[in-house]
Amino acid sequence: MTATGSSDRVILSETPFLTSEGEQEMRPRSELGPDELLREVGSVLRMSEAEVAALAQRVVEPSEDQTMIINMGPQHPSTHGVLRLMLELQGETVLRCKPIVGYLHTGMEKTGEQLTYLQGPTNVTRMDYASPLSNELVFSMATEKLLGIDGDIPERAVWIRMLMVEINRMASHLLFLATNGMDIGAVSMMIYGWREREIVLRFLQKVTGLRMNHNYIRPGGVAADMPPGWRDDVLELIDIITPRLVEYDTLMTDQPIWRERLQGVGVLTAQEALALGATGPILRSTGVAWDLRRDMPYLRYDEIEFDVLVGSYGDCFDRYAIRLNEVRESMRIVRQILDRMPKGDYRIQDKKVTPPPRGRINESMEALIHHFKIFTEGFKVPEGEAYVGIEGPRGEIGCYIVSDGSARPYRMHIRPPSFVNLQTLPHMMRGGLIADGVAVISSVDPILGEVDR
Amino acid sequence: MTVADPVASPPDAPTDDAEAAAAESAPSPVLVHGCATSDSGGQLVVHPTREQYLDLLRHLLDDGYVQCLDVFGVDYLLHPGRTLPDGIAPERFEVVLLLINHSARTRLRVRVQVPVADPTLPSLFTLWPGTEAPERETYDMFGVEFTGHPDLTRILMPEDWVGHPLRKDFDVGAIPVQFSEGHTAPPKRPA
Repeated sequence: MTATGSSDRVILSETPFLTSEGEQEMRPRSELGPDELLREVGSVLRMSEAEVAALAQRVVEPSEDQTMIINMGPQHPSTHGVLRLMLELQGETVLRCKPIVGYLHTGMEKTGEQLTYLQGPTNVTRMDYASPLSNELVFSMATEKLLGIDGDIPERAVWIRMLMVEINRMASHLLFLATNGMDIGAVSMMIYGWREREIVLRFLQKVTGLRMNHNYIRPGGVAADMPPGWRDDVLELIDIITPRLVEYDTLMTDQPIWRERLQGVGVLTAQEALALGATGPILRSTGVAWDLRRDMPYLRYDEIEFDVLVGSYGDCFDRYAIRLNEVRESMRIVRQILDRMPKGDYRIQDKKVTPPPRGRINESMEALIHHFKIFTEGFKVPEGEAYVGIEGPRGEIGCYIVSDGSARPYRMHIRPPSFVNLQTLPHMMRGGLIADGVAVISSVDPILGEVDR
Repeated sequence: MTVADPVASPPDAPTDDAEAAAAESAPSPVLVHGCATSDSGGQLVVHPTREQYLDLLRHLLDDGYVQCLDVFGVDYLLHPGRTLPDGIAPERFEVVLLLINHSARTRLRVRVQVPVADPTLPSLFTLWPGTEAPERETYDMFGVEFTGHPDLTRILMPEDWVGHPLRKDFDVGAIPVQFSEGHTAPPKRPA
């Protein structure tokens, strides 16, 4: 973390209780008592203080020499980046857990206020770097809503967007399968997962030019049409991934060791998940069938058949199984998109938003000026505010934009699914073992770039 | 809905009576639990006053808005003239909540005005515990304090940071670039 505007920054190391690590520290149990427990469990489960006090007595004898507070992370391979967990341990058992974030904070929302709407996707795509196309899509949709052109996006652009987002969802879930395997000890799964993800990324690279951080979905449509032969590439991709998923089932799903490690670990109830704002596979694993693609359809998801997968136990195994099978659902969606991909434009022919085609620039002075204006000043967006939420691989990713009528967002906020989902960690880790804690972190599938933004 | 002029309207929040009267005189007032509303691209937006805020949200939770997806702020320092329903005076800060009702499949947005002189709001932790981290982020980025929040500390910025970076009067910083010859380019600041 770099101090920008260093004159504003004062080191308060002289102040008592303010160490260099700051106030976020987990306090010793003796200082807290049932209050902390009420906060951690009681509020979520709507328990009374008396009930919480009763629970507190059952859990542990607060004895100083029996428990210890340790840091897990921020530099820990299984914290998926720079997540720091403060754990209060009694032997191997986790009594309390407090996630501490912010190590990757780079002020991307502030940066978003300095960039034009055309440059915006380059910024938001770097937030959730495992599913960059969802970020670009939600930013573009919010901008289009402000521009009032959300109904005028050409059909082909809409279907290309759907195709790309679903393929990106496959890549994201394959990454989860890889890291989940690695965290739990199925190290060869890591290699397999990365290998399959790389195949998917190769397709994305062919279409967008980049493996990640594509800047492909832009306000008004997409940056380029699908390349020649893309249909065969997609079919080949599906043909490769389908049998590999069967291999994963053999390697992991059917393995007694794998099941032992995940079943009944990190259980979350539907009540807890809803209260904590969890979305995506975490919410679905508790049995709440909520998927924005089905329940509040955007793009053309209402014209496509797919199943919303739900779990019944809310444990790590359910979350694993949901993501594994969502790869299959995504392939099912992709096959339908292949059949229905319409012909036409890949971006809106609105002179305000879309730069003139390359050929025109060489012939026409006006086209050159127009191109120059769009890329230097950007296009003005009418005053107002808009929120759009879509189903990303990790849950509801949303974008809220306030426009003051200029070419830059006055305020751009991304509703980060991982950031909110992380709040479920203390509940899932409570009373479990440290080794299970690793499985729990993995099953939340946080992307720290998006948590901290 | 009219464009609220910050100069013409008094800076203080109007009383409930004044707001109720304004709402009654409006042609087709849509009130949600007595709070003014507006429509933003097909989404219902509720504009409670700070006094109505907690009551409104209690009612909304009972109405089935079981999830509060996010809490975040907007600093309207440089963009004071914006569309608000009658009776809602614009203030510098605005806190926005995103609520979702799964059974009715509806979304609802709550926008509450928070004056810079007294940037406080009641915490929603007891209603939706999932607002804990987003409220901390709003405090960190805008300095809006949530009373009753169990752990109102900075979440993204370092603990010893001074100022709230997403406020519009907080400068965008720049790191001096060092070149190989030893001289340093001055940091560029946007105008």
